[in-house]
Amino acid sequence: MSTATATNYLNEAKGWKSWLLTQDHKRIGIMYLAGIFFFFLVGGLLALIIRWELFTPAKDIMEADTYNRFFTLHGAIMIFLFIIPSIPAALGNFVLPLMLGAKDVAFPRLNLASWYLYVIGALFALYSIISGAADTGWTFYTPYSTSTSGSVVAIAVGVFILGFSSIFTGLNFIATIHKLRAPGMTWFKMPLFVWGLYATAIIQVLATPVLGITVVLLILERMVHIGIFDPAMGGDPVLFQHFFWFYSHPAVYIMILPGMGIISEVIATFSHKRIFGYKAIAYSSLGIAFMSFLVWGHHMFVSGQSELASLIFSFLTFFVGIPSGIKVFNWVATMYKGQISLKVPMLYAISFLILFSIGGLTGIFLGAVSVDVHLHDTYFIVAHFHYTMMGGTVIAFLAGLHFWWPKLWGRIYNETWAVVSCLMIFIGFNVTFLSQFIMGAQGMPRRYYTYPEEFQRLHGFSSVGSLILGAGFLIMTIYLLHSIFRGKKVGRNPWQSLTMEWEAESPPITHNFDKDMVLEHGPYDYDIVDAKYTEEGTL
Amino acid sequence: MNGNESTHSAHIIPLSVYLTIASILLFLTFVTVWVASINFGAYNLVIAMFIAAVKASLVALFFMHLKYDNKVYMIILLISIIFLAIFITFTMLDTLQRGAIYDQKAGQIRESATMYDTVNADSALVGDSANIVDSTSMSGK
Ligand SMILES: [Cu+2]
Repeated sequence: MSTATATNYLNEAKGWKSWLLTQDHKRIGIMYLAGIFFFFLVGGLLALIIRWELFTPAKDIMEADTYNRFFTLHGAIMIFLFIIPSIPAALGNFVLPLMLGAKDVAFPRLNLASWYLYVIGALFALYSIISGAADTGWTFYTPYSTSTSGSVVAIAVGVFILGFSSIFTGLNFIATIHKLRAPGMTWFKMPLFVWGLYATAIIQVLATPVLGITVVLLILERMVHIGIFDPAMGGDPVLFQHFFWFYSHPAVYIMILPGMGIISEVIATFSHKRIFGYKAIAYSSLGIAFMSFLVWGHHMFVSGQSELASLIFSFLTFFVGIPSGIKVFNWVATMYKGQISLKVPMLYAISFLILFSIGGLTGIFLGAVSVDVHLHDTYFIVAHFHYTMMGGTVIAFLAGLHFWWPKLWGRIYNETWAVVSCLMIFIGFNVTFLSQFIMGAQGMPRRYYTYPEEFQRLHGFSSVGSLILGAGFLIMTIYLLHSIFRGKKVGRNPWQSLTMEWEAESPPITHNFDKDMVLEHGPYDYDIVDAKYTEEGTL
Repeated sequence: MNGNESTHSAHIIPLSVYLTIASILLFLTFVTVWVASINFGAYNLVIAMFIAAVKASLVALFFMHLKYDNKVYMIILLISIIFLAIFITFTMLDTLQRGAIYDQKAGQIRESATMYDTVNADSALVGDSANIVDSTSMSGK
């Protein structure tokens, strides 16, 4: 073990200025982490309040109008302020240069600028809350969004700015991955998390501008009635949905692809085994990124979209299942005959496999036009979406958070409490959302403040699940905060992983490495490295 | 970095090329005006767009140096155009085909347009949410 380290990125410079003006990707990653945790808390509390209201069909704690605003805020905050930046901007920012053996990202100032844009966008979102809040749902569909009294413009401006934050991060990562890989790290020797971030960055750069255009058109429509979405002026409200989903379907892959990258890292590390089908996983990330641009109409089967378009979109949607299926198969095959150790990140990765498979397979139901016509806008959609986004992305984020936490702080959390919290989250999640599949299939529509008596039992069940979920996150907050100051110290490589970030100190020094990095072995060469160590007798 | 550095040293295009391209552009402008005076029916738009596309390509290739620059920029431009084409094509598969099976579906949205009818023109931004058209069938996934 190395001797006590004097300075690292956390203690080298002091004072708030050294944080707010930093260009260190690690500090920017931590600042992003603080931002997304704050909004995860806000969005999570909103979710708990919503579930409380839905505990009975009657009015429990709020008016119907308030309810509309709350679920809108829950969705918009969770999507734009939490999930999209969560893995790339927070964890990716911290880990990507370390994984490549680089000193920083390609454009450190742009990186800081993207964080400030995130904060400014968030301020607009908060302003919209105090100025009345939007009640349109996170999708801002016209014509309702152009005529409601809710404060749509403020949150739309916020979304516009957040989009640019996302584009900046994407650009930065593309340049970093192209230019700053350590000598010897060819494209197919990059860790799979880097491939995930790369595919994500491409979508961020290609699709996010369309989101910007969409909200600008929405704002113009609302403020000066340009008529592009207004049929009375020759416009088309369904056109808004085309614009919106051309971004927002690829956006769900902005959310899930980096998560899949984390799962690849975690499963390989804790199976202590070469990942199965490296190239298939890498290419399937790019395949998902490309296919994601061709399926947006599957959100519009009941919008009045032409039958021809629905048919084509439905057909293409089924293809998205292929790359996702390849990945799941490869992860399971990696675990087969591996030396599996059930540490906390691995528990999350296994949860991911289960939950994401359910989320993905129910997506295939919804991709079939005839089934979707019945399930559209029911709780089945809500459940499917939460299985992919929470059971998929959030669980993968938690896997990554627990995986890299010792690298972030040089200290590790309490394993027992972490396992307890992981189990509570897994159980709470399934209780909350499995019941929503059933309700949806029975016809319970989404976004309703009240419901017929016969849904009472399942709604109550779901609400209880959300409490278990909330308690799990509360425990996590406590042990993670505790570990930053009191956790057990760890060395460079607590998990015996082979990717490069583990060769840096924990926590890393400001310039990441104490030497110039050269790739000595592939990220998953466990067989080769193990054989070498046994030869030298120094395992 | 080598590949990039060499493209930074400005490639010098002879003046004659610039003048040739400029005169082609000028000529095409006259063609545009001339073509506009003939009615090709449905092909009016296609022909006008074709000429415009040729002109834009010439500007991008020569005046903006795309022809001589690193091919990456060309690829980025083409990918962007392809994605725009995907967006427009798929959207038109919807908007142009709505009446394919049921005639009334083609005109439905237009005829029931009541978007701003219920809201006062001057109070559109603070309209009472109660008197706005029912939008439950429009909410998204
Ligand atoms: Cu979709």
